[in-house]
Amino acid sequence: MKRARGTSQKSISKNQGLYLPETEFDSCGVGFVANIKGLKSFKIVSDAITMLENMEHRGATGYESNTGDGAGIQIQLPHELLFDEALKYGIDIAEPGQYGVGMLFFPQNNFIRQECKEIIEQSAEKLGLKILGYRPVPVSNIDLGDLAKSVEPVMEMLFVERPFDIETDKDFERRLFVFKNYISHQITSVTSNDPIGFYVASFSCKKLIYKGQLRSVQIRNYFKDLSDPRLRSAFGMVHSRFATNTNPTWSLAQPFRFLAHNGEINTIGGNLNWLKSSEKTFESSNFTAQEMDMILPITKPGQSDSSYLDNMVELLYHSGRSLPHTMMMLIPEAWDGHKQMEDYKKDFYEFHACMMEPWDGPASISFTDGEIIGATLDRNGLRPSRYCVTSDDRVIMASESGALPVDPQKVIKRGRLQPGKMFLVDMKKGEIISDEALKKEICTSRPYRDWLDKMKININELPSPKIRFNKLQSEDIFKYQKAFGYSREDLDVVIKEMAEQGKEPIGSMGFDAPLAVLSEKPQHLSSYFKQLFAQVTNPPIDPIREKLVMSLTTILGGSGNLLEEDKNFAHSIKLDDPILNNEQLEKLRSVDTGKFQSKTIYTYFKTDEKEGTLRKAIDRICRYAIDAVDDGFEVIVLSDRSLDSGHAAIPSLLACSAVHHHLIRKGVRRKIGIVMEVGDVWEVHHFAALLGFGATAINPYLALASIREMFHKNEFGSEIELEKLKNNYRKAVGDGLLKIFSKMGISTLQSYHGAQIFEIIGLNKAVVNTCFTGAISRIDGIGFDEIAKEALTKHFNAFGRKLPQQILEPGGIYQWKPDNEYHQFNPQSVHLLQQATWNDRYDIFKKYSRTVNQLSEKASLLRGLMDFKNDRQSISIDEVEPVENILKRFATGAMSFGSISYEAHSTLAIAMNRIGAKSNTGEGGEDEKRYVLDENGNNLRSAIKQVASGRFGVTARYLAEAEELQIKMAQGAKPGEGGQLPGFKVDEWIGKTRHSTPGVGLISPPPHHDIYSIEDLAQLIFDLKNANRHARISVKLVSKAGVGTIASGVAKAKADHILISGYDGGTGASPLSSTRHTGLPWELGLAETQQTLIKNKLRHRVTLQVDGQVKTGRDIVIATLLGAEEWGISTSALIVEGCILMRKCHLNTCPVGIATQNEELRKKFKGKPEHLVSYFTFLAMEVREIMASLGFKTIDEMVGQSQCLTTKKNVSFWKHKQIDLSPIFFKSETDLPIIKSEDQDHGISDSLSWKMLEASQNAINENQTIEAEFNIKNTDRTIGTILSHEVTKKYGSEGMSKDSLKFKFKGTAGQSFGAFCNKGITMILEGDANDYFGKGLSGANLVVFPNKESVIKAHQNSIIGNVALYGATSGKIFVCGMAGERFAVRNSGAMAVVEGVGDHGCEYMTGGTVLILGGVGRNFGAGMSGGIAYVWDVERSLETNFNPDMADLEEITEKDKSIIKDLINEHLEMTKSELASYLLSDFENNLKHIIKVYPRDYKMAMENKINELK
Amino acid sequence: MGKTDGFLLYNRELPKKFPVEERIRNYKEFYVPIAEDYLHKQSSRCMDCGVPFCQSGCPLGNMIPEFNEAVYKEQWEKAYELLISTNNFPEFTGRICPAPCESACVLGINNLPVAIEEVEKNIIEIAFEKGFAKPIIPQTRTGKKVAVVGSGPAGLASAYQLNQMGHSVVVFERDPEIGGLLRFGIPDFKLDKKIIERRVEWMKQEGIEFKTNVNVGVNYSVEDLDRNFDAVVLALGSTVPRDLMIPNRDAKGVHFAMDFLSQSNKKVSGIPFSEKDINAKGKKVVVIGGGDTGADCIGTSNRQGAEIIYQIYYKPIQPTERDETMPWPTMPMTLHITSSHEEGCERKWSVNSKEFVKDENGNLIGLRLVEAEWTKDADGQWNLYTEKPNSEFVIDCDLAFIALGYTHVEHKGLVEDLDITLDPKGNLIGNDKEFKTNKAKYFSCGDARKGQSLVVWAIAEGRKCANKVDEFLSVDK
Repeated sequence: MKRARGTSQKSISKNQGLYLPETEFDSCGVGFVANIKGLKSFKIVSDAITMLENMEHRGATGYESNTGDGAGIQIQLPHELLFDEALKYGIDIAEPGQYGVGMLFFPQNNFIRQECKEIIEQSAEKLGLKILGYRPVPVSNIDLGDLAKSVEPVMEMLFVERPFDIETDKDFERRLFVFKNYISHQITSVTSNDPIGFYVASFSCKKLIYKGQLRSVQIRNYFKDLSDPRLRSAFGMVHSRFATNTNPTWSLAQPFRFLAHNGEINTIGGNLNWLKSSEKTFESSNFTAQEMDMILPITKPGQSDSSYLDNMVELLYHSGRSLPHTMMMLIPEAWDGHKQMEDYKKDFYEFHACMMEPWDGPASISFTDGEIIGATLDRNGLRPSRYCVTSDDRVIMASESGALPVDPQKVIKRGRLQPGKMFLVDMKKGEIISDEALKKEICTSRPYRDWLDKMKININELPSPKIRFNKLQSEDIFKYQKAFGYSREDLDVVIKEMAEQGKEPIGSMGFDAPLAVLSEKPQHLSSYFKQLFAQVTNPPIDPIREKLVMSLTTILGGSGNLLEEDKNFAHSIKLDDPILNNEQLEKLRSVDTGKFQSKTIYTYFKTDEKEGTLRKAIDRICRYAIDAVDDGFEVIVLSDRSLDSGHAAIPSLLACSAVHHHLIRKGVRRKIGIVMEVGDVWEVHHFAALLGFGATAINPYLALASIREMFHKNEFGSEIELEKLKNNYRKAVGDGLLKIFSKMGISTLQSYHGAQIFEIIGLNKAVVNTCFTGAISRIDGIGFDEIAKEALTKHFNAFGRKLPQQILEPGGIYQWKPDNEYHQFNPQSVHLLQQATWNDRYDIFKKYSRTVNQLSEKASLLRGLMDFKNDRQSISIDEVEPVENILKRFATGAMSFGSISYEAHSTLAIAMNRIGAKSNTGEGGEDEKRYVLDENGNNLRSAIKQVASGRFGVTARYLAEAEELQIKMAQGAKPGEGGQLPGFKVDEWIGKTRHSTPGVGLISPPPHHDIYSIEDLAQLIFDLKNANRHARISVKLVSKAGVGTIASGVAKAKADHILISGYDGGTGASPLSSTRHTGLPWELGLAETQQTLIKNKLRHRVTLQVDGQVKTGRDIVIATLLGAEEWGISTSALIVEGCILMRKCHLNTCPVGIATQNEELRKKFKGKPEHLVSYFTFLAMEVREIMASLGFKTIDEMVGQSQCLTTKKNVSFWKHKQIDLSPIFFKSETDLPIIKSEDQDHGISDSLSWKMLEASQNAINENQTIEAEFNIKNTDRTIGTILSHEVTKKYGSEGMSKDSLKFKFKGTAGQSFGAFCNKGITMILEGDANDYFGKGLSGANLVVFPNKESVIKAHQNSIIGNVALYGATSGKIFVCGMAGERFAVRNSGAMAVVEGVGDHGCEYMTGGTVLILGGVGRNFGAGMSGGIAYVWDVERSLETNFNPDMADLEEITEKDKSIIKDLINEHLEMTKSELASYLLSDFENNLKHIIKVYPRDYKMAMENKINELK
Repeated sequence: MGKTDGFLLYNRELPKKFPVEERIRNYKEFYVPIAEDYLHKQSSRCMDCGVPFCQSGCPLGNMIPEFNEAVYKEQWEKAYELLISTNNFPEFTGRICPAPCESACVLGINNLPVAIEEVEKNIIEIAFEKGFAKPIIPQTRTGKKVAVVGSGPAGLASAYQLNQMGHSVVVFERDPEIGGLLRFGIPDFKLDKKIIERRVEWMKQEGIEFKTNVNVGVNYSVEDLDRNFDAVVLALGSTVPRDLMIPNRDAKGVHFAMDFLSQSNKKVSGIPFSEKDINAKGKKVVVIGGGDTGADCIGTSNRQGAEIIYQIYYKPIQPTERDETMPWPTMPMTLHITSSHEEGCERKWSVNSKEFVKDENGNLIGLRLVEAEWTKDADGQWNLYTEKPNSEFVIDCDLAFIALGYTHVEHKGLVEDLDITLDPKGNLIGNDKEFKTNKAKYFSCGDARKGQSLVVWAIAEGRKCANKVDEFLSVDK
């Protein structure tokens, strides 16, 4: 959950510097215990709290260990208790249902409290409610931390009587809802200056919520009621929170009134805009107009995304929809393009899609209205939700299995919630209702199909347009291209590639041209917008391999009053994607169904170059748009085609967003669709910006015309047809858009639409507030007149007084071009750096750094606009700490062996080891020969071992050989995206190092499949600390708005070290638009991180490192002053090795032997460790010089002294004058150290693994065998890993012989059972296990089967959690039962037997053997490039669920048969599986149902190998 | 990029030359026509670098990777458009440029560079041949008049650009033919004069007026110039040769190289000349100075039938490959073996001229030389010179050409008449950004401003200067 846009005044006033409250996130543990028959008991409540306590590790604490992030419980009204207790205050509530109870949080200030109560009194009167009285909630805050106490509210229960005229409970609930909103709105004015404020946790005649800024384990003691046996309820719904911030906020604890949410709504910004834009149209038969007035607005600023979602649910529920119906509307399944989904369901979703956009993002939600209780999972299913049903009518649902210990004999079902599915307990009816039955009932309750058939229009069915624009003629195209700022590069590199290949262009190395606001070249407006991306708190999606959840469908027109089910909602036009060709546009322009009509508005401004002209033009189009709405048009076309010498086009993004926000402000945006007919849109980022700021559909007429023009000029060769080229282009845009959505973890265009997922750099407040209302913007810059100036510069190129150029401008963004866009790495700077370091010449180095720092003439980086401000005495350089000390703080970046050559990689390692600094493996593993010194005594081992999403070569040994383990959450050049190593780069050596097959391409998924949230990251940190407790754990983040709050969360997740990467860092291959348009410079991210960590009192627990185009001593000093203690350098280190920025790393043709595996080219590598040593020494020398002038003796002393920086004065370039960098220099007050000075408590000291180690110490020392037994529970996490580390230290990757160390466990294992366990370890679990079972398995054997006393049928029950065997490299597992989603993802060598798997099984697998004796979920084998899966497919699940993109289904061979038989035999032996013995009983017959899943490239590589052997 | 691995598949090749015996019999360009797939292969070697050092090597900033790709794909028209967008006269630079682009080519780090110059020459020739290179006649005229004084490459480039911008341009040339150094300094075997004529013809069609045999300040008054034009570009060249002031400089048979070369050019073109004939036929020739002009003297002397030719160098012999003192991508000072050298001459390094020897009639009969010893300074440059004791010797010669470069623009005449301020080196003042002289509406460019340099620099200067003139004229509307 995260806080959303539009914070309250209170938080804004606190907001100096870069910290933004709306970027706070949290994630959590969630669950409920319920009695199916609705029998109330104290035990249910007590059990629920026990469950909460057992998920303590999912919550977090901040600086104070006794201030939690929030925990709470929702129960039914405990009438017995309340009756007795209320009586003590003279309140008589004889009959259940005849009164409502509000749980109110008041300020501590008595006077204000009294004022609140007066307002409550008056409001109740107005609504005809009688107040019975208040009961103070008995609490004990002895255990509470100071931070929590400082804003602890006074809690009171308010009792109101049910008016006699209200007949049903529902109506009473509605009245209470109106009352709650009404008093909340009014009281805001009274409490605006109070730090606590007023809040209604719950107000209902059925339910009650106890919650606060507590740790899970504190809640029972804090609320005395919760220990009172009179407190009885049929359910308890609980939640524990892990927030990135430590700002105490009692009201943000969960559950909320209807739900408890684990996850995050990524699209919240857009959702709130859409809500705001339709509130005025709300009408409901359940509320009078006056009541509606009291209810609105639905939301208030400063809440969290989860609470906004709750507000929305509340409204939709009370206006008449059932709770499950409401949830289905807000968080729909992936229905679009789902071939197996029942039609009635699709109809339901399609109809509701006309009405509103999904609230998209990872979500595991438990919900209740007091009579039903249920849970649902979003379409991606990224949050674990396990349940069990017992024979005594209980249902236990939680983020983890085993959180509430249950007698195994009573368990009759163990299951998990699947993506998009719902689970419901109707306590009134006393039954569990299946997803299928529930949804069928809801979906067929109205004739949705009829409505759609009658009202909905598909664009393809519209008649051909009556009138058509003449298509642009050749000379016009050229003119328009100039007027809109197309360069040759845009045509040749971007548009042409998209048309030809149907893909976005790829490039490599980082981005070293200026930010838009710093550039002296006229910019495209969207270049001021940086795409946001998901990082840690929610996962990005893989839009290629997991396409099934993605959708580009868009709907024009139709929307109105959300609160009623009205067939008119379906009156709309459906588009399969938002990119219109010219014919489709003309169809829309001429559509006329009587009701449905469109209006074209021309978006031009006069070229008079006067102040205010552009602003006037914008006001004009906004006025016209409102007129169009008033006149009843359903579609506006904003067109920029009317250009001439006197009129220039308003940048389309500005026009679009201005109109969009104007319509929102007027409350009519939902009434109309905005179609853009635009010339200045050609690359994917341009499309994304338009859609993100309100465009419904886009016709890029000039890009399409440019393709036609190039076609006629024979640019494409003769093979390809024009239509194909245009389609390719549209496909590339569509795929590119999906990629951009997926970076943020958003699946559908509908929810991306208007969601404003960007940070603006360099537009001033007037522009942002008018046209991009609510978007993030922290660095002020140019205004309307300057935007006009940039647009006119381009316009005059086409319509100017100058004589026309015969060809377009060259460009110069993706490639250095003389006299065009500035690049920091240009012929001069590359040359100087190489000469300086190759000849060990400090004087040349100084020339280099002067050139790159550009102190005099230009500024291409934010730090170019900074100046040192000396507030202290300069000192002699002799007083400054020596070069050797400084050298230790350097690291080189994560570049994998594979992306660069062995020579380039090992040279870096040797150099860094020589100076006591650290090199980084990158994500490609490390050849074990580098763990011993080479013949010359050089140390080739990389001190930093990276753990990235692909987990290539991440073995127990690899982890053990590290001084630092770096978890790569994102990469500067393409945050939120995965990577690919093409097959031609995977030679024998790389294949071996990465545990993969030579010649077969490798995919790094966008997310780590074991990190979908912050508590998951905490778990991985814990795992790695277990795998090598001597290594510090680092988390690599990329700079973006909110990275500071994420870093706080990471610090709370116990990372020792945080790396903040700039967006401009290098890459071996990345889409060009990602490199340029995603993420922020490190100056912003680093400063924000430093400020936020200090604010949260966490700074001293972590080391901060920065990287991203760090090139000179000055860069390093600035980074240090902004908070960095260490610095990473990559691109310039490669240049020292000989790189000349070919930017062709992805082609394997590097002519200097760096980014290539071609043997001939590798011979050309000329880099030497000495050169690198020179470079780093020079940097340190330069740092010392600046330190002396600033008067710092040590780096430690200098860290974070941002007062020594200031914005450069006397800048000459007009754009630079507008920039204010002071938020970057803001220094937070603190009395704690602002460098790393305290070790994290990793909490591994009480791990069960120590007992295992104790038991096996002798056996390890003597190479003997042992056996031992332990009980296990869900809080026993990462079991066996510490032991494995000891084995690895002694025996290396060979481990011990099979079954040397054998352990038996009984119970429910926590997460990461057996993670990274080495050979020789065998762990047998009787019971069940949670997520990440066998993660990173490195040779151990794991066995799990249900408790022997259990009555369940193993193969029908989920026995292990999600993401089992992720990144395993060797070993075996036997699972007697089903596994969850994403089984064996990125397995590269382990062997597994399992009795059924969930969605996305064997995704990205590259090796190993998996035998599945049962069904598979959707998208099986996606991105599977190696290994073999056998599926016993009696359920015929492969037919529909198999993803055929990379693998084929084949019949098994004789050889397969014997493999399978051996595996089943072993499975039977290890687990006593009933299914195994059944299969063996008639093996030959059962074998017929076994299908082999064989990846295509892998098969070819295997066959080649066999042929070679022959 | 045309082909991702072209550089791995093909080697650098240059067109073959006719055998020496054949080529010294005439003054024609001497390359054998290229094979059909030659351009395809050679252009495919371009790696389309992220940082195209070639473009930074080129003073014009030619769009080298882009035109290489177009050539690879046989998009001749596109290649031509790209080429002329930065370079008005690729047919000149394609022949006589020492190609700093190739020195800076990234392939040159560990391989031989792309044959950029050859590709360039072929693009323009193909464009002429196929007919899509056409004169572009400006559609609108600004009504402003610009005079360009001097018709060397700088003057021509600025005239070309200014005309395209719509101004009316008159080019003044004191010689009987257009082209300046191109016309009279460079022998036909390197640049056939028809190439220049073809271009001049075009420029006339585009509207430029050429006035030859007009020496401003002599037979065209400075006052007229001032009155008749809104702006004037002084592209006078750097024509004052550096002399060798040693004893007996007055010996008959000692000439400045340029006097010899321009006379030869006139002979080849059949243009009458009034000066005394300098003919190397049967002579012992010594060429003092190791630059391109010196080489041109050798080539010309061989064609005239010299008996023997010496070329003497002050500095030591250069290495044949780059060493650490001339790292890539700088222009390497390696040993040049030009086509003229191939045609026969004797080269002597590390010798210093002491005196000319003349007979009693004042005729040159020899050159006294001394051997020099050079040591490197701290920067690795050959800068410390001493004479080797007792090493003097005399070589017999009856013709000596001084090819030691040029000092600056001619001061006498126009420059003095206009009272243009000079910089300390004697060049016309006019800073790099503005190209303005001290006198309003007078601009300068090319060697006259920059000092002696390459043709490619002269073109670059002319272009930039034209932009400034245009700005000046636009403000003055």
